[in-house]
Amino acid sequence: MLDASDSFVTEDGRTIGGVVMEMKNITLRFGGVVAIKDISFDIREGEIRAIIGPNGAGKSSMLNVISGFYVPQEGEVLFHGKQRPPMRPYEVARQGIARTFQNIALFEGMSVLDNVMTGRLNNMKAGLFQQAFWKGRAEKEEVANREVVEKIIDFLEIQAIRKTPVSRLPYGLKKRVELARALAAEPKLLLLDEPMAGMNVEEKEDMSRFILDVNDEFGTTIALIEHDMGVVMDLSDRVVVMDYGKKIGDGTPDEVRNNQNVIDAYLGVSHD
Amino acid sequence: MSQTAAQTSSGAGQLLSVPALLEKNATVHANRPAYREKEFGIWQSWTWKETAEEIDALALGLLNLGVSEGDFIAVIGRNRPSLYWSMVAAQSVGAVPVPIYQDSGAEEMAYVLDHCGAAYVIAGDQEQVDKVVEIKDQLTNLKHMIYIDPRGLRKYDHSHLHQYSHVQEQGRAARDELSAELAARRGKLDYESTCVMLYTSGTTGRPKGVVLSNRNVIESAKNASEFDHLTAQEDILSYLPMAWVGDFIFSLGQAFWCGFCVNCPESEDTMMTDLREIGPTYFFAPPRVFEGQLTNVMIRMEDAGKLKRRMFHHFLAHAKKVGGLILDGKTVSTMDRLKYALGDMLVYGPLKDTLGYGRIRVGYTAGEAIGPEIFDFYRSLGINLKQLYGQTEATVFITVQPDGQVRADTVGVPAPDVELRIADNGEIFYRSPGTFVEYYKNAESTASTKDAEGWVATGDAGFIEESSGHLRIIDRAKDVGKMANGALFAPKYVENKLKFYPDILEAVVFGNERDRCVAFINIDLTAVGNWAERNNIAYASYQELAGHPRVLETIRNHVEAVNVSVAQDEMLSGCQIHRFVILHKELDADDGEMTRTRKVRRRIVEEKFADIIAALYDGSDQVSTRTEVTYEDGRKGAISATLTCVDAKVQSAITRAVAAE
Repeated sequence: MLDASDSFVTEDGRTIGGVVMEMKNITLRFGGVVAIKDISFDIREGEIRAIIGPNGAGKSSMLNVISGFYVPQEGEVLFHGKQRPPMRPYEVARQGIARTFQNIALFEGMSVLDNVMTGRLNNMKAGLFQQAFWKGRAEKEEVANREVVEKIIDFLEIQAIRKTPVSRLPYGLKKRVELARALAAEPKLLLLDEPMAGMNVEEKEDMSRFILDVNDEFGTTIALIEHDMGVVMDLSDRVVVMDYGKKIGDGTPDEVRNNQNVIDAYLGVSHD
Repeated sequence: MSQTAAQTSSGAGQLLSVPALLEKNATVHANRPAYREKEFGIWQSWTWKETAEEIDALALGLLNLGVSEGDFIAVIGRNRPSLYWSMVAAQSVGAVPVPIYQDSGAEEMAYVLDHCGAAYVIAGDQEQVDKVVEIKDQLTNLKHMIYIDPRGLRKYDHSHLHQYSHVQEQGRAARDELSAELAARRGKLDYESTCVMLYTSGTTGRPKGVVLSNRNVIESAKNASEFDHLTAQEDILSYLPMAWVGDFIFSLGQAFWCGFCVNCPESEDTMMTDLREIGPTYFFAPPRVFEGQLTNVMIRMEDAGKLKRRMFHHFLAHAKKVGGLILDGKTVSTMDRLKYALGDMLVYGPLKDTLGYGRIRVGYTAGEAIGPEIFDFYRSLGINLKQLYGQTEATVFITVQPDGQVRADTVGVPAPDVELRIADNGEIFYRSPGTFVEYYKNAESTASTKDAEGWVATGDAGFIEESSGHLRIIDRAKDVGKMANGALFAPKYVENKLKFYPDILEAVVFGNERDRCVAFINIDLTAVGNWAERNNIAYASYQELAGHPRVLETIRNHVEAVNVSVAQDEMLSGCQIHRFVILHKELDADDGEMTRTRKVRRRIVEEKFADIIAALYDGSDQVSTRTEVTYEDGRKGAISATLTCVDAKVQSAITRAVAAE
């Protein structure tokens, strides 16, 4: 077993570092409904960590716990070894966590460029007055931030739609724009909520390539939820499997694939 | 002979190679922009001086890597300044650049790289590097690979793989030791040394490596630049494949000769936006680009407000009437000129800006036939769009249209210094300073294409119009036949004329070794269906619509109009269509009647519908036929139909003579 601080190099030459985030015995209830029941797992620096499970298994709730949006009733979330207090979303963002949403949450009327620029809000210090009159710090900041954003636009190959309003884009591209906005915050930890839901095969391939490239190029730690098993197994370093709020498997894709509980949950098992 | 011409025009020093032209530009046009590339949303630019420095650094880096004279250096990727520089750097060290189509598959690439025995590859990005890595085992000569965009390549084995900027850095570091060698190698370059090797796209058989010398490239670039009065002020957009001879001449040959600026788009998808931002003054595009833009404009105008739409159509109609004449410098009444000027302010100007043609002085299209109405549309707006005819073996230019003598149906007069000859079978031969040196490692093909006196067979058939001296292309020479009376039979020529009607999707003309011509027609279901809807004509299927008497009547009018136009050409007047049928099914690739790229397979169609052809020739009014079809899911079925054979009026030679008087 690895220690929390150990690091190692994967077969394809990426360095996986120590634990950045640890979930300890998390339980989350909504009134009488137990969404997550006593789950523990960790996320290591530089890895792609997937959370999978059938519908209603509690995956999105889990992601919301990681992002700090939900505060679990029991258990603790350790970020860089320290217990994380309840936080507001902007505080989470400042800690270097960014996310995308299952049902795309972009500003539909704004251009792709402006949408991605909103990802840089945390890096803008100029006040309202300066912004409005394009004076002093505002100008310098915008130029610097635009540079970061343009690199991401180039990286995700969305130059051609830079000035297109988001509402005019097809679904697959909107997903890519959302990823661009999350990347604009230059996150340490990137949370992706079903990045491939509703995509056709080609779009899935593109998205998979971008996820791998992001991880490879920027060393971003990625936690993602997905229910396309094939995609998950190809992408991730380690997989957590959930079913009915409980963790039923955890390990490398191969380990998970051969786990009897996981097979039962996915293929069904006769209850006699 | 041509060598002396270049020497006299060079003045200072001898401009006998592309690196020599670079040196001149770095002095004469030192601070003028040479290259621009849009990256990260901004047009980055390099002056000629900076360009020379970049190329020098890379050339030194190549020496440092051990490039020998005569080595082949393959260049693969989308149009980027660094790749153009790579080609000049390769020339500078006495190597031969070989640009390769970036969309070619690994197998095709393997053939080309192996055929030239490329020792070095300069690739744009990971995608191209991956392709070469995949076939590395077949390439015994390959020594090193250089890439430009490092994305995704960091973890590759770098023992024989280098980043472009690192090669340049190493080159700069070794400047002291290597600059003498670089100067020596550059000094050895002359008009006879190889400038570039370009592989023909190879629609027939294996690609052939066309070797072009500095003489070919520089003389052709110089002649064409002088023909169109190009200067250092031009801006061009480089978006066509770098492996295509046209791009090499426009973006490298002419750019270096004139010292104008080459602009590279951000990516393939942004080409249209970048075109608008740059507003090139000299532009080349195949007909499909112009067609696509026109369709876009028309669709967008449908959505415009009523006033704008009326204004648009009103002024466009006026432009159609006088625009072309004004462009050609013909006499036009003052009133018409004033109205045209007003139209330019209100409609043409803004439209040209939107299309990216606001500053265009010279535009060319070539490669395939362009629809006359599309051609005339652009010309009527005041865009000097012209046609040229050329091929790789000629270093592009065979014929070009001079300003003021532009027509949709000719390809112009012989380019400067080009001699033209038409053989008895109609095949076009040319001889020029641009005539290629040889096909690399293929003496047999070289000998069968270029004779001892330097005449090159184009493989195309055509004739020179007596009244204007312009060349008109008929067809590929091997498709051109003879009628029973010995007249020329050029089916594609007539088919193209028919297909310019929106109602006609496909046409196949028969008549080889017969006494007259007949045709099969496919109607365009969208266009004719639209017409039927507007005229309350109900139909259930393609077959039913195709057999409708009014449709037959419309098509007959089109065919007769084409006959009139064909009759104008003395040599081809025998190709007029005497009878035709509208086929009961659309010709389809699934049934083997067409290729996947939608080219008609003449012979198969002829065999399959032999009964219909027989009926067209034996004079029967109707023919019943049964045809097997393949559905998209692979099942087979049959359609039966009774087709009406329609007679079309043909123009006799005598009426033509009267009309001509």
